[in-house]
Amino acid sequence: MIAIVDYGVGNLFSLRSSLSALGLVAEVTGDPKQLAAASHIILPGVGAFANAMAKLQGAGLAGVVRQQAAAGKPLLGICLGMQLLFQKSYEFGEHEGLGLVPGQVCPLAPDLAMAGYNYKVPHIGWNPLQIQRPQSPILRYTQEGDSVYYVHSFYAKNCDEAVVATSEYGVTVTGAVQKGNVFGTQFHPEKSGDVGLAMLKAFAEVETC
Amino acid sequence: MVAKRIIPCLDIRDGRVVKGVNFKGLRDVEDPVAMAAYYNQQGADELVFYDITASAEGRGIFTDILKKVAAQVFIPLTVGGAVNSLADFDRVLNCGADKVSVNSGAIANPALVGQGARRYGSQCVVLSMDIKRVGEGWHIFAKGGRVDTGLDALDWAMRGEAEGAGELVVNSMDTDGVKNGFDLPLLQAISQRVKIPIVASGGAGNKQHFANLFALEGIDAGLAASIFHYKEVGIPELKAYLAGKGVPVRLRQQ
Repeated sequence: MIAIVDYGVGNLFSLRSSLSALGLVAEVTGDPKQLAAASHIILPGVGAFANAMAKLQGAGLAGVVRQQAAAGKPLLGICLGMQLLFQKSYEFGEHEGLGLVPGQVCPLAPDLAMAGYNYKVPHIGWNPLQIQRPQSPILRYTQEGDSVYYVHSFYAKNCDEAVVATSEYGVTVTGAVQKGNVFGTQFHPEKSGDVGLAMLKAFAEVETC
Repeated sequence: MVAKRIIPCLDIRDGRVVKGVNFKGLRDVEDPVAMAAYYNQQGADELVFYDITASAEGRGIFTDILKKVAAQVFIPLTVGGAVNSLADFDRVLNCGADKVSVNSGAIANPALVGQGARRYGSQCVVLSMDIKRVGEGWHIFAKGGRVDTGLDALDWAMRGEAEGAGELVVNSMDTDGVKNGFDLPLLQAISQRVKIPIVASGGAGNKQHFANLFALEGIDAGLAASIFHYKEVGIPELKAYLAGKGVPVRLRQQ
């Protein structure tokens, strides 16, 4: 069973449906026992970093997610859920994340301006992936140039050792990361058509290490 | 580089897909769930559903259909039609929609755009505008294009951006259903005044029309209904054609 962490952030309809379309059993749950019993954990999330982190902690789930990851259970953070995996975010202040992946989450706009691009923020839409670490298990079914769907205004930086795929948007955007059995995608696999479904399937095939 | 989007639009009434010519003479096309799955498989980048049902009963059918679509089609879904309150945002977002399109509801209550943006984020709020040339300028029409509000379209577009809309759908009533190409003068006038993404709607008749559209700066997507529904233009061939013209599009790899 794949547990989708329910901490009152975001709409989980598409994520749950995409897993069920793959024939996977998924449970939306905020129960630590269920998270412990699950084979895989997905940490979703939309909205603001500080609010999401506070809700995760308020529900008593930040520690549970950390423990499960430390035990080697495959964990996938999606969008804001990926950002929460990092050490810190600079979204409206400075906030501690789960610290499971080294790196920081920073605003896109100043970096775009510095690079001389007047691209729109949020970065919204379909953007192709450049694969940086083809052996990453989450990319088992992904090809160079496959397009995925992004919606975000902040992005992960200083995380080179964990980056497995990127996209170009004036700056190099961290698309997907991996550290051990902790995975993250900035884009939404549940909204990225067949490419996204294939990535969720690949995640579901990762075994506890 | 973000791809230019090709978006089929499905007008739904009482659970069926319909398409009008100049908003009149609606005729039934097909089952919305089958159609959504077909377009996903064809490589559509997003789907837009407008619920043009009049009755509350039909609204319930619509939400059921939306859930069925969202359970099978994993690309962004935008939903509009009779969105007048935050409760309406909730209703469609809970069925798997990613963006909510407001039109007459925003004309009646412009604060709705900002309320939606604050609660769900700007990326979730699409301001859809039905626009017709009146004299030297363009006006915003309400109620499915039946009522001239007298609002200047360019002012309204800027107001929408300022209120927090994340995207604009510019639907030209002058070119809608005529298949002579998108309303380029109108689109250009709006794109010069706003920074948020613009989805062009109304007038697509062939592949060249999309190439002409994307040659304009600041246009992010082309939306069409009948040419896709009646298979006059296929999405794979349209995208291959645009890619050949140097337009960045999402091509699916096998």
